[in-house]
Amino acid sequence: MSFDRSLVPQWRPGYRFQYEPAQEGYVLLYPEGMIKLNDSAAEISQCIDGQMAVNQIIEKLAVKFPQAQGIDDDIEQFMLVAQEQHWITLG
Amino acid sequence: MASAPYTPSNPNNAGLPLWLLAELTYRCPLQCPYCSNPLDFATQGKELSTEQWVDVLQQARKMGAAQLGFSGGEPLARPDLSELIGEARQLGYYTNLITSGIGLTESKVERFKQAGLDHIQISFQASDETVNNALAGSRKAFANKLAMAKAVKAAGYPMVLNFVTHRHNIDNIDKIIELCIELEADFVELATCQFYGFAHLNRLGLLPTKAQLEKAEAVTNVYREKLQAAGNPCKLIFVTPDYYEERPKPCMNGWGNVFLTVTPDGTALPCHSARQLPIEFPNVKDHSLQEIWYDSFGFNHYRGDSWMQEPCRSCDEKDKDFGGCRCQAYMLTGDATAADPVCAKSDQHGKILAARAEAENADVTIDALTYRNEKTSKQCSDGQIIASDAATR
Repeated sequence: MSFDRSLVPQWRPGYRFQYEPAQEGYVLLYPEGMIKLNDSAAEISQCIDGQMAVNQIIEKLAVKFPQAQGIDDDIEQFMLVAQEQHWITLG
Repeated sequence: MASAPYTPSNPNNAGLPLWLLAELTYRCPLQCPYCSNPLDFATQGKELSTEQWVDVLQQARKMGAAQLGFSGGEPLARPDLSELIGEARQLGYYTNLITSGIGLTESKVERFKQAGLDHIQISFQASDETVNNALAGSRKAFANKLAMAKAVKAAGYPMVLNFVTHRHNIDNIDKIIELCIELEADFVELATCQFYGFAHLNRLGLLPTKAQLEKAEAVTNVYREKLQAAGNPCKLIFVTPDYYEERPKPCMNGWGNVFLTVTPDGTALPCHSARQLPIEFPNVKDHSLQEIWYDSFGFNHYRGDSWMQEPCRSCDEKDKDFGGCRCQAYMLTGDATAADPVCAKSDQHGKILAARAEAENADVTIDALTYRNEKTSKQCSDGQIIASDAATR
């Protein structure tokens, strides 16, 4: 099944993405839990605003990182994992 | 306190205190016999003021704390809870309210939301009214919890329901899970009771048998498959009690490594049970949190592994489980530096096996348990009530 890039990702209610100065990195916070995101996951997560569709996120990050190879697959993969983990909804 | 410049020496390279548990009060309208509060809670000092709590929140946030639990006792008993939530949210914490739901109203649910509360966890004692209320020591508890669970969900919070399971309710785990699904819980903690505080005192009357536990886990797995097949995001978290493990848990992810608890009177602890250990712990009224976390005797005491005895010292799993739980080692062996007896390598593991054997024939009824209240707490302090089961003897 191919991934529909026109879908708009949104954080699930109760999930909060933020920068943590003490950890010098971005985290995802949720009920009694916290995940530290790696650099690429953090870049993608910063684009999740409930407005931008996956294809727009791909365009934006392709401009920001012109040298990165296969950025669209990476973003798609992140969305699939985040959806499977119920961090985001895709609508 | 926080204004004085202070450079921690941090002799054990401690990590950041990412998790702050604020036990605001030991007051509670319920009397759960498995409460993890210290047995002598009724004889502890005066509660911190609003200003003192705000100071604690500010200091811990600067040090990296991101997850904040408001707990107790029943945190709703504090009239300044809304103010503390607001302050915490503004500082950037993810704020969790851990409550029995008693004392919660729809208007409070709404007010807390406006103050910035991220999540409310409601604990249930059982899935049916009679058992729930008998365990909670309250006649109104169940109906109120149901109403509040619905209100929490309606207000748009993520909902975590917590069921402490034990020998008197674990056979109804299917009904417990059904109720959680009906209430549209996002997470369900099916936590078989761990034996600290009052639960330890009541162990004989609470520890399920091995067969009960295995059946409950199997039922939970069936529901997990059903939920997954239905695309339901509800996550079931099943917690096995230490007493049926052969290796200890990596307690608190290491002593003074991630978790910082501040108790109602301001005593700072590496975990909410540590107060019972024969170690002096610092108070936030006397020291800054930086001094406490990085440099105090209490927080450094079981960091690293130089304190370990055999079999932990030469064990190739010591970096994985840190020798288990210090409080459990102390409760069951009288020596807080011993291996957690849950470990099959411990020469005291027989105490765990004896407790399992006792569970097979135990016939302690619900009404014969020692309930958590001011009176029993004082009796515990006076030595009038003592645990008398095989694991403790």
